[in-house]
Amino acid sequence: MILNMGPQHPSTHGVLRVILEIDGENVVRIMPDIGYLHTGIEKTCEAKFYQQVVPLTDRIDYLCPMTNNLCYVLAVEKLLGLEIPPKAQWLRVMMNELTRINSHLVWLGTHALDIGAMTVFLYCFREREDVLRLFEAVSGQRMMTSYFRVGGIALPPPLDFFERVRSFANRFPSCVDEYENLLTGNPIWGLRTKGVATITAEDAIALGASGPTLRGSGIDFDLRRDMPYSGYENFKFKVPIAQEGDVFARYMCRVQELRESIAIVQQTLDGMPEGPIKADAPKVVLPDREKMKTQMEALIYHFKIITEGFAVPEGEVYQAVESPRGEMGYYVVSDGTAKPYRVHMRSACLANMQTLPMMCEGRLLADVVAAIGSIDIVLGEIDR
Amino acid sequence: MSLAPAITDLEQLKGHPALARLLAWNPASVESAKYDRGETTVYVARPFIREACAALRDDPNCPFAFLSDVTCVDLYPSEPRFEVVYHLLSLARKERVRLKVRVEAESPAVESVTSVWPAANFFEREVFDLFGIRFTGHPYLRRLLMPEDWEGHPLRKDYPVEGYR
Repeated sequence: MILNMGPQHPSTHGVLRVILEIDGENVVRIMPDIGYLHTGIEKTCEAKFYQQVVPLTDRIDYLCPMTNNLCYVLAVEKLLGLEIPPKAQWLRVMMNELTRINSHLVWLGTHALDIGAMTVFLYCFREREDVLRLFEAVSGQRMMTSYFRVGGIALPPPLDFFERVRSFANRFPSCVDEYENLLTGNPIWGLRTKGVATITAEDAIALGASGPTLRGSGIDFDLRRDMPYSGYENFKFKVPIAQEGDVFARYMCRVQELRESIAIVQQTLDGMPEGPIKADAPKVVLPDREKMKTQMEALIYHFKIITEGFAVPEGEVYQAVESPRGEMGYYVVSDGTAKPYRVHMRSACLANMQTLPMMCEGRLLADVVAAIGSIDIVLGEIDR
Repeated sequence: MSLAPAITDLEQLKGHPALARLLAWNPASVESAKYDRGETTVYVARPFIREACAALRDDPNCPFAFLSDVTCVDLYPSEPRFEVVYHLLSLARKERVRLKVRVEAESPAVESVTSVWPAANFFEREVFDLFGIRFTGHPYLRRLLMPEDWEGHPLRKDYPVEGYR
């Protein structure tokens, strides 16, 4: 029997259509059908200035908007050859890790909800509310913050921001204990997730899987540690690995990543350097508003950057970062003008989703829901 | 803002593991190479791309076992019009390389690398969908993002941003 799952389905986490060929309860073939959220972002980027692309990048992987921002601005800064001041780098790391926590909280809540553990959802979203309030304090927006700009950060954070982050960071590890208390030792959770949707390490690499999907199968690779960017080499953190390659292994990886991320946030708070938050490049970076209102040169730069953009030297760059889902990359090609010639997003979920047939074929229908949840897909990133 | 100029001399770039492997395997496959902004790009001749990818994946010194991405750039109106771009990553040696294949505008076609890395499946379907480049040997070359009955290839430069409505 051929069964259609989606595109409207509470467990597919977005508009994903999965065509299932089943024989009783067993899945014979599974084929994902995507494209329901395709909005032509890559094409739109070619019609915008480089700084205007930043809000578009937020909306691609809408659960980790600052990670998208970071990847894009790092790519453009590589094209320009800009040096970013250390304070901006550390703030970027801090916001990136808070975004990772945000994304993993959504993953944990919705994954548990699909499998049937409904309380975890409410607990996770309670913490997520605090992080969203932090993002709102710093950028005015809860989710689509567009906080990072080419050359640094948009605005300095408000005066009480670091105390609020510190109080959240002190409270959060006990919350992760709460989630683990509910799920990790739970026999029902174990029955639903252990040994389910297994993928071997060789298959995961061959299929292009990255992030926890790869680390859950035993491959020790994390872009933050192995090919560091934006100052990640200054921080000490462990990269959680699991060996079994099943849903439970990926769950353990991500829950440990929650703990490691909050540890990184503590390290950024402890050692936050002083200094400017934007690079010293007047033709690229907008001047301070006070300077813009009082100095003629700053006003002219502001006007030129907003109306004409900044020209980026010809060339191409591929910048990859470790998003909560895996290797997210931006391939930016410049032809020397103020608009990018081509922007391509390497979506971690698109590659991770190719593991779905390997995970689900020959297994029970109910495991498909667990498998889709464990890959942690975001349709915005898959379809762009 | 300090950018070193790009290095395009094959002699100077021979040390990079991917280029060394390709030159050792078949020097005719490499058209040119470039090192710019810390990244190495190798222009591979079109008939050799699948075997070059297999050679890089099986390189004992620096195995490029991970295919990061397959994408395309449309250089309309210059010829050859398309450049299919492959981004490879070696997990063991933490090295990246970019391979590029130039494809002309008249019935563009390239050999598929899904037999080398199954990861290329969705990536090549997306390039076919949005640019119109056929990948010979692909197990299921159908449109991925656009609806099945869509006409035209939206990411080509002669397709308007607003679409045809």
